[in-house]
Amino acid sequence: MSDSEKAGATQANGAWPLWEIFIRSRQGLDHKHVGSLHAADAQMAIENARDVYTRRMEGISIWVVESKYIHASNPTEAGALYDPADDKAYRHPTFYQLPEELKHM
Amino acid sequence: MSKAFVSYLLSLADNTLILGHRNSEWCGHGPILEQDIAITNMALDCIGQARNFYQYAAQLMGNHTTEDSLAYLRDVTEFTNCLLVELPNGDWAKTVLRHFLFSTFQYYVYQQLKNSNDTQLAAIAEKGFKEITYHVRWSSEWVIRLGDGTEESKDRVLQALDAVWSYTGELFQPADFELQAQQEGWGADLLLVKRNWDEKIKAVFEEATLPMPPTAWMHAGGKQGKHTEHLGFILAEMQFLQRAYPNSEW
Repeated sequence: MSDSEKAGATQANGAWPLWEIFIRSRQGLDHKHVGSLHAADAQMAIENARDVYTRRMEGISIWVVESKYIHASNPTEAGALYDPADDKAYRHPTFYQLPEELKHM
Repeated sequence: MSKAFVSYLLSLADNTLILGHRNSEWCGHGPILEQDIAITNMALDCIGQARNFYQYAAQLMGNHTTEDSLAYLRDVTEFTNCLLVELPNGDWAKTVLRHFLFSTFQYYVYQQLKNSNDTQLAAIAEKGFKEITYHVRWSSEWVIRLGDGTEESKDRVLQALDAVWSYTGELFQPADFELQAQQEGWGADLLLVKRNWDEKIKAVFEEATLPMPPTAWMHAGGKQGKHTEHLGFILAEMQFLQRAYPNSEW
């Protein structure tokens, strides 16, 4: 596999790509974003994450994703994206009357 | 407990203490933040293992011996670490190569020690084994990346290989206490360690596109307390505080 085909290919200026790190704690169910680091490839990114982000037993599972593959919503579009959901109470499951038997769901 | 057993423990401790010290010299000087943290983490692992061995030895030696008196108050000729670990760090290539060659050796020694007929030694080895497994993984990958890397990185690894290879033979030349260790069932069989080590080194070097150096004369003497000039400087730095201000505490 040539360098450019491997994940995390070094940029033309020789810099290592940036990776976002997600750690799942021992009691957790989901991986939480804890930070980012530079690494030459995925294997190194996982090891760097292990060395930097699990030193104090913060977690037992690591996901690494090259930062360039994370696509985020634009904060300036927040109004159009999220405000409309604010006043639509009918979308919430709060109008059901639970029978006695299910009161402790 | 026999004198040989204590000697065995001390040599295991001295190896990891000196290697830990060498790795710690990278603190604040690592090529990149994450590697600075990686190598100092490993230095701490090494020193932790040294502490376990020293504590056990001190317990057996009695006479007010402590892990600190063993680490900080013995002189050069009393240390029985192998010469490989006291060599200067050099550049990153030399550091990771030396770490790879030594921690692979440690890996196969600890693997056997986990089954030592001395339960405390087996327990210490069990704990250290997980740490060493990571050291081998980390260092072997660096050797591969540098060996099969750029022209410069390859050049540096080849120079590093030139500098350290002739210190690897000593690892497998048993001192008297190591022969006794193997015969009495509490220590590792260095012949078996060598077979495994040879195989691992060959496999990694192949992937790293590095040549296996030809058989050559090997340095020795560390296990008998005959050291290179480097150990004196290491101890001078490491032991200064304890010797200048005895029994000082944080």
